Amino acid sequence: MTTLTNRPTSRWERFRDSYLLYSFKRDLIAQVSLLVFIVLVAAAVLAPWLAPMDPYDLTQIDILASELPPFWVDGSDPTYLMGTDAQGRDLLSTILYGARVSLIIGFGAVAMQAALGVCFGLLAGYLGGRVDAFLMRLADIQLSFSTLMVAIVVGALFKAIFGGGTFSDYAVPLLVLIIGLAEWPQYARTVRASVLAEKGKEYVDAARVMGLPSRRIMFRHILPNTLSPIFVISTVQVANAIISEAALSFLGLGMPETQPSLGSLIKSGFDYLQSGSWWITLIPGLVLVILVLVINLLGDWLRDVLNPRLYKG
Amino acid sequence: MSLLDVNHLDVRFALRGGDVRALRDVCFSLDRGERLGIVGESGAGKSVAAFSLLNLIAKPGYIAGGSIRFDDQELIGLSDRKLRKVRGHRMSMIFQDPMMTLNPVLTIGEQMLECLKAHRRISSREARSISLNKLQQVQIPSPEARLDQYPHELSGGMRQRVIIAIALLLDPDIIIADEPTTALDVTIQAEIMALLLELCEKHNVGLILITHDLGVVSQVTQRMLVMYAGRVIEQGPTREIINDPQHPYTQGLINALPQMATPGSRLNQIPGSMPSLSNLPSGCAFHPRCTFVERADGSRRQACHDQVPEFVTSGNCQAACHMVAEMIESERIPAEEQD
Amino acid sequence: MNSTATSPAPDATQPLLALRGLEKRFSLSGDFLEQLQFKGGKLVRHQEHVHAINGVDLDIQRGEALCVVGESGCGKSTVARTVMGLITPSAGEVHYAGQRIDDLSTRQLLPYRRRMQMIFQNPYASLNPRMTIQQTLEEPIRLHHPDWTAQRIKDKVGDVMQSVGIDPDWGARYGHEFSGGQRQRIAIARALAVDPEFIVADEPISALDVSIQAQVLNLLMEAQQRHNLTYLFITHDLAVVEHFGTRVAVMYLGRVCEVAPTATLFARPRHPYTQALMSAIPRLEDDRPQHIRLEGEVPTPVHLPSGCVFHGRCPHAERRCREEVPTLIATDDGGQVACHAVEEGRIG
Repeated sequence: MTTLTNRPTSRWERFRDSYLLYSFKRDLIAQVSLLVFIVLVAAAVLAPWLAPMDPYDLTQIDILASELPPFWVDGSDPTYLMGTDAQGRDLLSTILYGARVSLIIGFGAVAMQAALGVCFGLLAGYLGGRVDAFLMRLADIQLSFSTLMVAIVVGALFKAIFGGGTFSDYAVPLLVLIIGLAEWPQYARTVRASVLAEKGKEYVDAARVMGLPSRRIMFRHILPNTLSPIFVISTVQVANAIISEAALSFLGLGMPETQPSLGSLIKSGFDYLQSGSWWITLIPGLVLVILVLVINLLGDWLRDVLNPRLYKG
Repeated sequence: MSLLDVNHLDVRFALRGGDVRALRDVCFSLDRGERLGIVGESGAGKSVAAFSLLNLIAKPGYIAGGSIRFDDQELIGLSDRKLRKVRGHRMSMIFQDPMMTLNPVLTIGEQMLECLKAHRRISSREARSISLNKLQQVQIPSPEARLDQYPHELSGGMRQRVIIAIALLLDPDIIIADEPTTALDVTIQAEIMALLLELCEKHNVGLILITHDLGVVSQVTQRMLVMYAGRVIEQGPTREIINDPQHPYTQGLINALPQMATPGSRLNQIPGSMPSLSNLPSGCAFHPRCTFVERADGSRRQACHDQVPEFVTSGNCQAACHMVAEMIESERIPAEEQD
Repeated sequence: MNSTATSPAPDATQPLLALRGLEKRFSLSGDFLEQLQFKGGKLVRHQEHVHAINGVDLDIQRGEALCVVGESGCGKSTVARTVMGLITPSAGEVHYAGQRIDDLSTRQLLPYRRRMQMIFQNPYASLNPRMTIQQTLEEPIRLHHPDWTAQRIKDKVGDVMQSVGIDPDWGARYGHEFSGGQRQRIAIARALAVDPEFIVADEPISALDVSIQAQVLNLLMEAQQRHNLTYLFITHDLAVVEHFGTRVAVMYLGRVCEVAPTATLFARPRHPYTQALMSAIPRLEDDRPQHIRLEGEVPTPVHLPSGCVFHGRCPHAERRCREEVPTLIATDDGGQVACHAVEEGRIG
């Protein structure tokens, strides 16, 4: 290392020389996945500007134009590119808005899971002993309830106490809470495992010898070194959360039909599948599959890159 | 004709920044029953040298050139099937970490049996008696019981003895030992080294001992190579190199040992550290750390900066150093003038 | 500095660090549920322990470099970590400058944290990979001198980096950009940053190459002279001990079997284990291994042998050695040795 120059490298230079970028440039699947993901996210975020109509605006909806097929099928109306659903909403606009809801819930729920899971995982791993035993048993109990059960119980309680109308108003934060609560043990377990590995390393001992308080050791020293696995599971968890939300909505426990997510859109079309209006279900279904697929592919790539065992060995 | 002849061996690793040359122009030979030490610090390429002898270099590494002749047979370019007859059979290897070599889910006996049966057509009973015999040779207490034990039931020293027994199973001509005692304690290390030496002498087995420990090399080997940054920089009889090293790096390595300085005084350190193989200095790879680049009269020896030094012979030793070459040259001229 | 107020005035005769009957057991049996076993139809709680150290008494005087040597599993690292408070002892006391420190809370311990520092074995693991060198070195200073200005902290970091031979301009780099030797220098700089008086070094050079070992040892000796440091130096390498230590303690299976000034110990090792250990060092001038052969292997620290822990491998063992635990007794040449054979005059 005698070749060190005195000029420190900037973050950009570090990134440019990193293994992350190198392997990304060499992986066509990752590139395509990222491109598709960015297009989908951008379309969802920009939905109010991109969408030809506002599906939330009742004045724009024409019930007479319901169940129109997409443009390549006979009997379509060129104003509705992807056709319309049973209530006469423009399907393209509804999908864009729906993807937005799905993504918000997906990312929100993962943020919630991560916040809970990382804190519990850090505490359990670093403090060990009784705290560890208690938190991990709590995680086991949590995992033994499926997301659906939590959703049914919380949703039913909420509806019973506050009524269906209030539920519709607070559906998004409620779903974030439900999916976030149901899946935090994934994070807690992963974080705990990497904390246990990091805790044995000498830099943690060095920090303790220095006299640093536990909180600082946990968050300043150990947490940054457990970020790689957190990133990797986050991608998978975002995909899972979107699917969970879709499943809940499909069962009628999620987003109401007035503010459809991809899942509730699929559900609303499902009733008309038999009568020939396949597009109401199939097109949002396809969008959901593609969205989840590219997130998972990106997650796979990230796991391969960030797994030190794989690239050092 | 030596048993093993390595000539101009060139090993590279294909990395994303381009090829890294892990070994350059490595030449050495080993006679039957001879014990050779390969000494160097981490990154010097000594383990790569050992692995390349058996063509065990993992991707992205590959042998880019040179020749390895073993018993009049060229090993480079040999098919895997033919190579397997040499590997494990006529040349066997002992690794640093016994747990890496022993399969944790098979008993010692099963592993020895497997190894024997892969190379010879023998009955299980014969194989067991050979295994038992080898375990006795490595002085393991109650060898019969050990055959049915799993590796984790043995201590580190015992495991390394088992590894040596496995290495001896097929009566090889050469044993390659890569840092065989680094993971062990001093007292166990001494016993394992003594055992290895005794067995090699008794069965006339050649030994290539790869280590960073000059003390071990001086106790066990007859000849030694010193490696630096992928090159052999000095070779010769062990005793002569230890007593009178020619290359400045070898001198530095020996003088840096605490036992060479009076207790409490400053140690003679070599400044700097080993360059990375992907970014070697020009000329002699050691020149940025070498104190002899400047001649005694204060002038700089430019060759150290520009030219890779060739081997020069001094007595029984060979060193790749411009300073040594210059010294030999200056000694020879007055001698010729007197004639 | 606030730390001086809490400690009694230094006394020349008082040891800087004193260990009294230090013991540490680690449980092998996991948590409570895992300890329950069925035996003879009854549910019993079964616990197994590793006896890492069993009654260690050591004094370290100001200004000396006490080396603790021994083979793996002898408990030398546990001693170092217990002294630094990384491990709480199962029994016994640690006294620093006359004050018992092993039962202090984290907050009460803070002033001692500044006076005692530690250097670790593995320079590849002892620097936080996500922190720059500058951040790594600033952290202890900021913690122990909260009143210092940013500029003063920066200057101090520059000074320590300079003193260990690392260019202060490299502060914005991360640990992985340096070689092993340089990282160990940075780790030493981190220990020196808060001007300690006592440093525990746990195998600080055993992960380094030979030519780098000399550099780091030189640096440690320079630092000792410049800052008047006291060292507790843990190593398995007797050649380093001979060079570096003023006194040596030899440990075997969690007990100290011999303590003596370095020159005395190397001239005349008394304990049979010390003799075997010293004969096993491969020396450059040897043509063949010259070691004393020991019988058997080191017993596991789970089931300790009765009596002298070394008796199973000792060529001089007698009945008394198998039954009675030897204690450290003073020898005529200034050392202490725990051996019945030496005490009875059976061996030199």
